[in-house]
Amino acid sequence: MTAPRTQRSGPGWRVRLRRDRSLLLMTLPAVLLLVVFNYVPLFGLVTAFQEYDPLIGVWDSQWAGLYQFERLFGDPLFWGALTNTLYLSLVQLVLFFPIPIALALLLNSVLNQRFKNFVQSVVYLPHFFSWVLAITIFQQMLGGAGALNQFLRSHDLATWDVMTDPDTFALLVTSQVIWKEAGWGIIVFLAALAAINTDLYEAAAADGAGRWRRLWHITLPGLRGVIVLMLVLRLGNALTVGFEQLLIQRDAVGHDTADVLDTFSFYYGIATGDYSYGAAAGLFKSVISLLMIWGANKLAHAFGEDGLYRK
Amino acid sequence: MTQTLTPSTTVDTEPDAVRTPPRRPGRGGRAPWEEPPTVAGQAGKGLTLGGVLAVMLVPLWIIVVTSLSTQGAVNRAGGLVIWPDGLTFEAYRVMLEDATVRSALLVSLGITAVGTLLSMVVSVLCAYGLSRARSLGHRFLLALLVITMFVNGGLIPTFLVVTGLGGYGEWWALILPGAVSVFNILILRSFYSSTSLDLIEAARIDGAGDWRILWSVVLPTSRAVTAVMALFYGVGYWNNFFSVMLYMPTDSEKWPLQYVLYTYVNRGNGLPGSVNSGFGTQFAQTAPLSLQMAVVVLTLIPLLIVYPFVQKHFRTGVLTGAIKG
Repeated sequence: MTAPRTQRSGPGWRVRLRRDRSLLLMTLPAVLLLVVFNYVPLFGLVTAFQEYDPLIGVWDSQWAGLYQFERLFGDPLFWGALTNTLYLSLVQLVLFFPIPIALALLLNSVLNQRFKNFVQSVVYLPHFFSWVLAITIFQQMLGGAGALNQFLRSHDLATWDVMTDPDTFALLVTSQVIWKEAGWGIIVFLAALAAINTDLYEAAAADGAGRWRRLWHITLPGLRGVIVLMLVLRLGNALTVGFEQLLIQRDAVGHDTADVLDTFSFYYGIATGDYSYGAAAGLFKSVISLLMIWGANKLAHAFGEDGLYRK
Repeated sequence: MTQTLTPSTTVDTEPDAVRTPPRRPGRGGRAPWEEPPTVAGQAGKGLTLGGVLAVMLVPLWIIVVTSLSTQGAVNRAGGLVIWPDGLTFEAYRVMLEDATVRSALLVSLGITAVGTLLSMVVSVLCAYGLSRARSLGHRFLLALLVITMFVNGGLIPTFLVVTGLGGYGEWWALILPGAVSVFNILILRSFYSSTSLDLIEAARIDGAGDWRILWSVVLPTSRAVTAVMALFYGVGYWNNFFSVMLYMPTDSEKWPLQYVLYTYVNRGNGLPGSVNSGFGTQFAQTAPLSLQMAVVVLTLIPLLIVYPFVQKHFRTGVLTGAIKG
């Protein structure tokens, strides 16, 4: 964006510095925290190209070139984690993504304001639970000693410990995400629905369009922008699937099933002290993620939508 | 002087796009042109939303009831109690007598209070500092902030920086690294930018500086969004689990409640006072079930106290961020 000419002829920077000094002072604490905990770690990424030894530090550690990446690409555990990440992402995209949209449409059609508000405050709630709490609740309901098996046992049926079954783990993880986040996800769609001009509905009704035709020709096109934006965000974050969620459940189902790129980086980086290896895995993930955000945005532009930023 | 500046609390901070358009008068809030509801449609909606509510509420109900049940009732039910059958606060008494749980409760409350206060002060100041158009360097500073949303060092470099600064086993390691949420700052900033310029100009003419304007004009007009941001930060600190795992995994005196919940309920390690089954026994039930459920409820209580007061402002807080970007 180019500044308009009139702004150029404004006061010089010394004058502006004096004028804005308290504003600048106000931003200082936040900027300092971000520099220390976000920008300095960016330089810490050089450890991915080293044989980092915490005892001698970043400055003196041996340079290793691309050795860590060669190790990474020859490591079946890494490919397993990458496959798990993409698989879980795909399952969540297919099973989770449409649910908040459907729920928002449903809730929007409820006319009783008090009931609507009640449902909203209940479905928002789990978003504020920690993953430890959410998984504890799932464990108590579906686990080996949980409510489901208690019921099955009392009816002499075969029991099923959902929490430790690797075969259905992807579905379990997705249902946890749905339980915890689907309600929160409706907020942005409800806002988009509220912004649709009601005159359109009236005009369509006058032209003889029934409720389903109005849904198809007015409501859904009205949601299109938000849906594309959410899809871009989701695709851009395809390599990030529930870090804490999987970390907590990893031991119960085994790392073959539950390791994703983030937990891989944690376990083979920090827990074993092989920092450079973990940093290399983290860097790989960051670079691919950035490319995916960029690509997904291109795709959004191709559909004529704004995406994350305008062209 | 400032008396005249302080705006009334009825100032509408809700952005126009968010406001629900007024329904036209008609029967049952229905617009005149809308079709009357079909029985099948009503039943379908009712069943679906009822199901959604049940999935959310029934587990919470079972957990609360079990935590309030006697050992006898738990035994009769063969585990979780679905319908109350004798009421006792025994589990809560035993739990609060446990040193680990008590210190964890204090740790959690302390970290949440200190962290939220710090985050709010830093974020509000930064958001206001960036909200005045044409101030020196605000484009550069804004870019500096936004870049961190897309690019970061990742887990290990951050861990190395925090431990390098001596953060291992220290309280500040649980607070400072995540104290600033750029997303929250951007939401606050978009609110402050839209605070009526007339009010601010009036204050300026009365001789108020930026600090005064922030405190007496901008903050009082944006109470709703301040409350929502404080809740977001507070919940973040209260739910903090992973930093504990990173920076103080063995120091049980410094554990917050979430970590106790993880260790004693999820991993079944047993409360220190009870028979300890040791590590590795996956999901074994050592501590009595009612006691475990009491720990669960304890992690929920503060949230349930604050939530009703802030919940009605969610739309305001979240949507400005989502819509204005």
